[in-house]
Amino acid sequence: MTKHEVTLHINGEDRTLVIRHADTLLDVLRLQCGLTGAKPGCENGDCGACTVIVNQLPYKSCIMLAIEATGHTIMTIEGLKHSPIQRAFAKCYAFQCGYCTPGFIMNAHAMLLHDTSIDEPTIQEWLESNICRCTSYEEIASAIRMAMSTMNANLPDNSKPNSPST
Amino acid sequence: MTENCSFATDHMEACGHRATHVIGHSVGRKDTQDKVTGHAKYTDDFSDNTMLHAALLTSPHAHARILSQDTARAFAAEGVRAVITGKDYPNKTGSPLADRHVLAIDRVRYAGEPVAIVVADSLAQAEAATKLIDIQYQPLPTIQSPKLSYYSNTPLLHPNLNPYVGDSAEVNPIPGTNIATHVPIRKGNPQAMWAVCDEIVECEVSFPQAHHAAMETHVVIAEVAPNGDIDITTSSQSPYSIPSLMQATFGIHPAKVRVHTPYVGGGFGGKSSPYIEPLAVAAALKVSGRKVKLRCTREQVMTCLPGHIGLEAKVRLGATRDGQFVAAHITYWFDGGAYADRGVIVTRAATQDCTGPYRIHHVHCDGFCMYTNHPPTTAYRGFGHPEQTLVIERAIEKLADKLSINPLELRRLNAIGPGDTTPTQARLTRSSIGDVQGCLVRLKQMLDWNGTATVKEGKTVIAKGIACVWKTSSTPQDASSGAIVRVNDDSTITVLSGVVEIGQGTKTVLAQMVAELFRIDIRHVNVVLEVDTKTHPEHWKTVASRSTLLAGNAVVRAAQDAIRQLKKTASFVLQCEADDIHIAGGYAYCADAHDTRAKIPIGALAKGFTFQDGHTVGEMAIGHGSYTIEHVTKLDPTTGKGVPGPEWTVAAQGVEIEYQKDTYSYRVRRAVSVVDCGKVLHPDLALGQIKGGMNMGLSLASREGYVYDDSGAVTNPQFRVYPIHRYGDHPTYDVAFLETPDLEAPWGLRGIGEHGLIGMPAALANALSNATGMEVNQMPMTPELLWRLQTNKGDGP
Repeated sequence: MTKHEVTLHINGEDRTLVIRHADTLLDVLRLQCGLTGAKPGCENGDCGACTVIVNQLPYKSCIMLAIEATGHTIMTIEGLKHSPIQRAFAKCYAFQCGYCTPGFIMNAHAMLLHDTSIDEPTIQEWLESNICRCTSYEEIASAIRMAMSTMNANLPDNSKPNSPST
Repeated sequence: MTENCSFATDHMEACGHRATHVIGHSVGRKDTQDKVTGHAKYTDDFSDNTMLHAALLTSPHAHARILSQDTARAFAAEGVRAVITGKDYPNKTGSPLADRHVLAIDRVRYAGEPVAIVVADSLAQAEAATKLIDIQYQPLPTIQSPKLSYYSNTPLLHPNLNPYVGDSAEVNPIPGTNIATHVPIRKGNPQAMWAVCDEIVECEVSFPQAHHAAMETHVVIAEVAPNGDIDITTSSQSPYSIPSLMQATFGIHPAKVRVHTPYVGGGFGGKSSPYIEPLAVAAALKVSGRKVKLRCTREQVMTCLPGHIGLEAKVRLGATRDGQFVAAHITYWFDGGAYADRGVIVTRAATQDCTGPYRIHHVHCDGFCMYTNHPPTTAYRGFGHPEQTLVIERAIEKLADKLSINPLELRRLNAIGPGDTTPTQARLTRSSIGDVQGCLVRLKQMLDWNGTATVKEGKTVIAKGIACVWKTSSTPQDASSGAIVRVNDDSTITVLSGVVEIGQGTKTVLAQMVAELFRIDIRHVNVVLEVDTKTHPEHWKTVASRSTLLAGNAVVRAAQDAIRQLKKTASFVLQCEADDIHIAGGYAYCADAHDTRAKIPIGALAKGFTFQDGHTVGEMAIGHGSYTIEHVTKLDPTTGKGVPGPEWTVAAQGVEIEYQKDTYSYRVRRAVSVVDCGKVLHPDLALGQIKGGMNMGLSLASREGYVYDDSGAVTNPQFRVYPIHRYGDHPTYDVAFLETPDLEAPWGLRGIGEHGLIGMPAALANALSNATGMEVNQMPMTPELLWRLQTNKGDGP
């Protein structure tokens, strides 16, 4: 089994790793980097639980080879701190079991990096690549709207009532 | 709430008689920070570089004889540590009926049945080596329809059913047939009553098996220690049932088995039966001393592991001219698949509640769980009730049409209530049944129900459909839960309970209960979110919408026990009667204390109280509490008479759809649920349970179901060909709650984990039947199905 040394730029750090050509980015993140926030749900690009951000765009890390990610900027949920979308997910109860949540948050975060005043059909176009089986999706829709309005109002992060964290 | 509480006086505050400061409020979730940061750890997130990986090889044939197995090439492959086949374990496994081998030995009965396991250093090596195993099969004839399986018994799938070990209270297999269980209900005398009926309707209802689609697939890590102890980490809803299954399967003493369950990424019933745990242990026993991880692929979960049960059913319902239901005759042929698993209990649950929440004095029902060459089946959110509801509600809708009675009013007229009996002749009380009438009245307002179910606008038809829901649990008579409440030095509280945090938020609700009783902020209550069967008191299973009742009662008792201990110690310090001590805000103080300096932080009482001179009084405060379910009895094997569960949560649900006549397509515009939940403990969690259930139910009803090939193999085991609801597919959801208390439950709560789902298939089927003028009695209700019903007059593909 041929292995190669590569350097991946993940969450602002360079990580030098020995990988197989066939290793997916998801497996390398989880097994070699200990970044288990991205999840395997289908390993087929169907469910979005493995979504990470590569060069500011959401990618399904289960169908991207790790070797393809060299030279690019990778951000996983572990690299996202105190973002409006995370706060909105918390406040809107936009998760239950939490398994799809990192993928949804990373996809939504990438969407909001691009534009914070998008219409519902465009939001659907971005988010229909992810599956949540627990919520009704209405909670996630509310979270997206809340994050957008927070970002548009440029409010400080802690200005919202009802702290969700107990 | 005005009802009296059955608890003694010191339990009163747990029953809703006092204004609550935490219960009834949305106070966030205890798992929020873990889950929005990616920090939450699920079973597959635990790995280390000494861990071995297991890969399953499954049967490509739905029914075949195994002629030969050659594992030599696989064993010789790089990195392979063990190759295990059926011959390594002659043991049988399965609960409640041990009807399958750990790995198939001489025969496979469904496509997806595990036949071999390879253990290797890496998953890639294990998966590659499975392809080197050479198994020769001789395909055999298959049976796919449960109804045909009942009538023909050919092929006979378990010719040696007799010696299978099973729990006779749970399962009633009939040797010489394909019947895995038969559950009869005999109430009154329907045969004699048909003549009294002015109108009788008949319907046939069917749907294929389906997939739970929890986003986390099943994962187990197992390790056998040098002393034979077995350590298991698993994504399970039933960690406490695993040690006894290991004893039944491998003869391992239950005390030698320790099970850990971290966060679980959804279950919906699919993780309630330990199906892959025996496989992981079988692998771990061959590489003793090494951790082995077995993670199922999505395709394996959909083909190899038990799914949602399929059904073919027939219902006959009779009523008088003025709409009084008189008699019902119902037969269910459930598609339980190749092995019984929990499908047989699902069958019993559907049968025992077959009428829905309606008063019917004469009921004849037979529930058959049939063996077929499909994948096995297990609990699925609703546990027999979405299935039972679809069947009876289609008949009621047809009856309303024949009688020309407003369908909502017909349901109100027959709504079951206190004093009535269920199909199992359990007599209901105001405590044991919620308010069906009240739910319907509220639904009428919320759905703008005006008696006409359809409005036509050109090629578009706007139609509504409704259904009533009830559910009790099929809990064993000794279903129990225990809890420990610890008081910490910093005056915070720690709660231990065996409930699995699977997304439903029960652990947050348990923390609310403790915060309420200690009268402290919920931030000062820690609840241990993972489960360890060696250290946490047992909780039966995280299933059946029963966790808040069982664990809630246990936690309330444990908290009260801890408070009693604190009061006793404080009484020594404050020199007053323990009964006069108040515990609130993190302090203990005497009721009539005018001196605020006499407030003792409860943390200072946690290990007794130490005076300044070092003299200590009292003991360490550790509260314990437990609860075992009450009033549940076994069902009589010939009449079904008995009390299957402690109480029935009821609901009325409806949908409004927009149907396009020219394309057979439709959109659900809104869905409404009115649920009598006893008491809303946490409004946002309660809403999340109901709305999430509604979304799952509409997805199941409109688009989900296994598509089998000619032999019975599932052909759509991936999300791109099994198109469950995605973001944007959802309608608008409206939910309202009524609060009729269950007097056995803390604050009067009733279970609500499944109820949002239960009526959705029936409500959608009724709306589509109203829109199209056809009888839509099948799932999934795709445009293709509607087109086929129109063009072929009901012939399926």
